[in-house]
Amino acid sequence: MSIILENINYVYMAKTPYEKTAIKNINIEIKHGEFVGIIGHTGSGKSTLLQHLNGLLKPTSGMVSVDGQDINLNGEDAQRAKRSVGMVFQYPEHQLFEETVYDDIAFGPRNIGIKEDEVEARVKKAMDFVGLDYDQFAKRTPFQLSGGQMRRVAIAGVIALEPAYLILDEPSAGLDPRGRDEIFGQIIKLYKNTGITVVLVSHNMEDVARMANRLIVMNGGEISLDGSPIEIFRDCQAELKEAGVDVPPLTLLMNKFNQCGLDVDHTVIAMDAAVETILAAVRRR
Amino acid sequence: MLADIMLGQYFPGKSVIHNLDPRTKIISIILFISSIFLAENYQAYVIIAIFIGIIITLADIPLIMILRSLKPLWIIIILTLLVHIFTTPGTIIYVLGPVTVTQEGLRQGLLMSLRLVFLIVISSLLTFTTSPVALTDGIERLLKPLKKIGFPAHELAMMMTIALRFIPTLLEETDRIMKAQVARGADFTSGNLFRRARNMIPLLVPLFISAFRRADELATAMEARCYRGGDQRTRMKQLKITGCDWAAFGIILLIIGILIVVRISVR
Repeated sequence: MSIILENINYVYMAKTPYEKTAIKNINIEIKHGEFVGIIGHTGSGKSTLLQHLNGLLKPTSGMVSVDGQDINLNGEDAQRAKRSVGMVFQYPEHQLFEETVYDDIAFGPRNIGIKEDEVEARVKKAMDFVGLDYDQFAKRTPFQLSGGQMRRVAIAGVIALEPAYLILDEPSAGLDPRGRDEIFGQIIKLYKNTGITVVLVSHNMEDVARMANRLIVMNGGEISLDGSPIEIFRDCQAELKEAGVDVPPLTLLMNKFNQCGLDVDHTVIAMDAAVETILAAVRRR
Repeated sequence: MLADIMLGQYFPGKSVIHNLDPRTKIISIILFISSIFLAENYQAYVIIAIFIGIIITLADIPLIMILRSLKPLWIIIILTLLVHIFTTPGTIIYVLGPVTVTQEGLRQGLLMSLRLVFLIVISSLLTFTTSPVALTDGIERLLKPLKKIGFPAHELAMMMTIALRFIPTLLEETDRIMKAQVARGADFTSGNLFRRARNMIPLLVPLFISAFRRADELATAMEARCYRGGDQRTRMKQLKITGCDWAAFGIILLIIGILIVVRISVR
């Protein structure tokens, strides 16, 4: 059970003066139950890569398979495999169109032929996951909600499809720190409660570091690093710099402490844990 | 899905033709297009063809791009050819059921459809070698004299610039919304016309909302930077007529002269 990308290449606007290779030689396997963070600076090919995961872009060459099924073939099986990959785009609130929050979230389930009573159950469940009260919001028009709420409606619309893999492209872009924490809290809750596989794209290192158990760093359309966040932050700072992404400030601080001879745990990611390890190290002296 | 659409058809380059002032190109093309209508015989057509060939070579545009620009209109070209072949009276050379092919018709049809091809190729050469922004700049400057009679030249050009500027943005937006809805199981490609129109709602509603939002934001941004129309605005890129432009005008006038001579002398 995994999404496998084999030798994926993608070229935009082939055979015109604007031709551009967006990603090249991508080989990854996203296993069931992983929480994968993908980072890279603008234009590194993150979004292009994401769109291959559920067949929105067909690779110029290479193969994408979901749970053993090549998703770029025709036919029912490929369709079903694609549907098991839910995709939340950047600024997903821009795709809302229905008159009520309920109808918008129900759009996906209805499209794939779910019966109306189950649709209702799914909408309720999805709204619960994103922290929107059903009685309060279901009958309201999505266009009068706040930005953060609209985004949650849009994410609920994808969750209601009950995908086995959930892909999120910059889900926190344009939100204030509080809205960001809420969205991420809900994603983590969803991940822990349902065992859904999450692929999260962000250029905020801290967010990714905090949540993901696997980190993929992209640079110039290629994968430059792939491993656990802690290892990557510890061992590959030069590569990270080259890829144009920053090590989280906390990790930088911890590394500085280590260099100065204070024996702190440099793998900590949360602020509380950092405070503790510094205190412990100071006391040991 | 829509990412591969060519925007306008500007083909970036650094050729002599690219570097001409847009005004020169617009005026020359208007002159040249009208002179094409002077051509009535094969000799004139050969001259025009050679001239267009030289411009294509100078502009360094691949032939395949030129042919591609003919694609949307080839039906009209073929129709023109057929209508002339079958309806012109004259010496009958072939009978095909109820219709007849005449020598004059064949000649007329060929010349007319060739004329169409020339018109399309020469006008697409303008858009191939001139960026949309340069083009609107040129149009604005050319329409400027009309301001005296109250024609809103600057406003028109500004609207064109903004429209052009937002074509790629809106295409990108359309592409993204389409993908987002497809990922939610929307279907934009199957069903009958009515169904298909209905299926466009999830695409059109968000697209309009975002277009209006963008218009709003742009208007605010323009006002915040004290935009008050065209009076006394200066430009970053000043248009400048150079020796090359005068040479281009000279060549165009020469060609027109030759075409007039050919028309009078060859009967």
